[in-house]
Amino acid sequence: MKKYGKFAALIVVVIGTLVWLATAEMKDSQTYYKTITELAQMGDKAYGARVRVGGDVEAGSIKHVGNQTVFVLVQEKSRLTVAYNGSDPLPDTFKDGAQALADGKLGKDGTFRAGKIQAKCASKYEAKPGMKPGESLPNINRS
Amino acid sequence: MENLGSLAILLAFCVAIYSTVASVVGRLKSKPLLVVSARRAAYVTWALLTLAAFVLVSSLMRGDYRFSYVAEHSNRTLPMLYKFAAWWGGQEGSLLFWSWLLSTYTAVVVFSNRRRHAGMMPWVLAVLTTVQTFFLLLNNFIANPFQMLATDGLIVDVKDGNGLSPLLQYPAMAIHPPMLYLGYVGFAVPFAFAMGSLITRQPGDAWIATTRRWTLVTWLFQSTGIMLGAAWAYHVLGWGGYWGWDPVENASLLPWIAGTAFLHSVMMQEKKGMMKVWNMVLISTTFFLCILGTFLTRSGVVQSVHAFARSEIGKYFVSFLALGIAAVIYLILERLDYLKSEAQLESVVSRESSFLFNNLILLASCFAVLWGTLFPVISEAISGDKISLDADWYNRLMVPIGLFLLFLTGVGPLFSWRRTSVDSLRRNFQWPGIASLVLVGALIAAGIRHFYALISFGFCLFVALTVIIEFYKGAHAIGVKNHMNLLRATAELTHRNTRRYGGYLVHMGIVLMFIGFTGHAFNLSEVKELNNGDKMTIGKYELRMVNLAQGENENYAWHRATMAVTKNGEYIDTLEPEKRFYKASRQGTSEVGIRQRPNEDLYLNFGGMSDDNQRAVIQAYVFPLVSWIWVGTLVVILGTLVCLVPSKIKMQYARTEIVGYAKKDATVQK
Repeated sequence: MKKYGKFAALIVVVIGTLVWLATAEMKDSQTYYKTITELAQMGDKAYGARVRVGGDVEAGSIKHVGNQTVFVLVQEKSRLTVAYNGSDPLPDTFKDGAQALADGKLGKDGTFRAGKIQAKCASKYEAKPGMKPGESLPNINRS
Repeated sequence: MENLGSLAILLAFCVAIYSTVASVVGRLKSKPLLVVSARRAAYVTWALLTLAAFVLVSSLMRGDYRFSYVAEHSNRTLPMLYKFAAWWGGQEGSLLFWSWLLSTYTAVVVFSNRRRHAGMMPWVLAVLTTVQTFFLLLNNFIANPFQMLATDGLIVDVKDGNGLSPLLQYPAMAIHPPMLYLGYVGFAVPFAFAMGSLITRQPGDAWIATTRRWTLVTWLFQSTGIMLGAAWAYHVLGWGGYWGWDPVENASLLPWIAGTAFLHSVMMQEKKGMMKVWNMVLISTTFFLCILGTFLTRSGVVQSVHAFARSEIGKYFVSFLALGIAAVIYLILERLDYLKSEAQLESVVSRESSFLFNNLILLASCFAVLWGTLFPVISEAISGDKISLDADWYNRLMVPIGLFLLFLTGVGPLFSWRRTSVDSLRRNFQWPGIASLVLVGALIAAGIRHFYALISFGFCLFVALTVIIEFYKGAHAIGVKNHMNLLRATAELTHRNTRRYGGYLVHMGIVLMFIGFTGHAFNLSEVKELNNGDKMTIGKYELRMVNLAQGENENYAWHRATMAVTKNGEYIDTLEPEKRFYKASRQGTSEVGIRQRPNEDLYLNFGGMSDDNQRAVIQAYVFPLVSWIWVGTLVVILGTLVCLVPSKIKMQYARTEIVGYAKKDATVQK
């Protein structure tokens, strides 16, 4: 059975390497999906972690300050101020009332610093069976 | 008309159930007429689904906006081609498309095997119609494409529809979903044959021989579909990538990986009678991954570029998968005796061993991709936090896996069966090995320090040389013997053993694709806000904006930049990146400007207008070697087609040794 020993050893080496690759530095690759309310509940864990947060853009809240765009995301009663300073221009669909997803980190001052914004206008026939208004994250397309 | 479609799918549902029951009962009670009626029921299912598909497509084409599906996925100004493509543009329609394809495949399989495999066929049919019944269940009761728009119980008409997502209004994208679906659905057939063979305790490998071409064609469709998707992402999405490890992309990759592993490991069964259990597991895995892929695409369980809305459909898919997997596990365990291996592994340096590692690596990568794709779901179940993994995680894992596979691509086919002598190793690998080392040395000298890129280029040359030498050796021998020139001798050689040399061609295509992937390590990117006359530079190129224009037509509004490209002070090209905003669906798209050359692509995207609306944001990229990916894909397709051509000389593979249970029934397979 010596030859099977060789096979076993090789297989262990291969699998081991892959598991090591998969788990090492896994933290850096993680993004949390959170609603605004959940983000508030995360406490200290929220600072420094990469988070994707979704909500509607509050009407009239979009302001351009220097090279930053600041706006407020609302979801039911929760509000979150988001500052966007990414290099990509904001999508055309990013307007008052649009559904938006912001990728970034929560700062200690309570402002969410986003490096990426995705947005989608509400579609004309929105009502779909089995979809509650609050829970539906938008059908986001990269643009 | 509006009732005809619903009626057709409802009847199809009943007929499919009848077909399953009649087939099984007819076989068990030995009532041939019942079996025949089951077969005819399969044709009827196809006819009914064709009718339903016709109703849906014609309402899309005519613009019958009383149908909620039509209102959601089409609009008046949509070009005819895309009105047709809207058939698979949304959940309900694409599930109907799935059903229709499956019924078509079933009808073809049943018809072409009507006089063969009398014992196995009723079970094959029953498996196929069971899957069909599941999809018809979805078509009828969960995602009915013939839902009408109604208020207060009255059917209403809306003036115009939402339109097809503009991102999908692109020729490659119109055929990308059907290609993938042809692949997804196609794997149901070898799976059904495998199950039929297992249920009836077939001694031989009839199921493999019967479905070999079928599997290859299916694999071809899937490969083409995946690469069309990649090409679409590159040309349309405007971010310059072709693969983002998006859940839906992964969903199409998973069955492809498992299918690739299957295509390799069936050779072990055909030639050595080994890995019988493994092949059963692999084809089942492939099939269930196809179902899972459809589910991931259609359920929105993980957020993605292609995301569809969350729907009720998930639990049906999960139940179907759970039941199916349980049934397959039971069958395999129950019939393990019939799947005894006829030979043993002998050496680590052997063809068998290279197949083993090929399978191990493919399966490991399949598992890794599956893990990453489902990680948001898994992490939510375990810790309550929905966490996604980004593309870096996949790349960290998949790049080394890919390189190892590339290496196996080179050495595997040249190892001999059973064991390989040191002498043959040296003969086959000496020169390719030395040449690759020289290449890597030269690249380091030229200043390239990217570790994976160096390895990749080294392996690419190594594999390419081994393949070329194989062709040359064979062709040279034939040429000398028959007085042919080398080109004709190569064609003759390939024709004599299409499977082997077609396979080499596929491997060559993979090498070309890897060269293209490696170019990724040397990407450049630059973003700048520009007005008329402004300039920017990237790499060796200087870009000047000559014109910034805007306008609109009935389908969309647009901004367009006209960019003059100069290289080393010489004018070489004009590119016109454009940004569109589609009115019906209220979505934006990018029409990128690309200058494609074999060594590199210059890729310009109109990012949008600056905040003050005065300047255009231009994203410029240089992507080295990307075109090699598309060329490689074409070579893979060509190679697969060669594999499908019957060999001129029928090869007789004598099994080395046949022992154990299967011995008395063993036949020499071609």
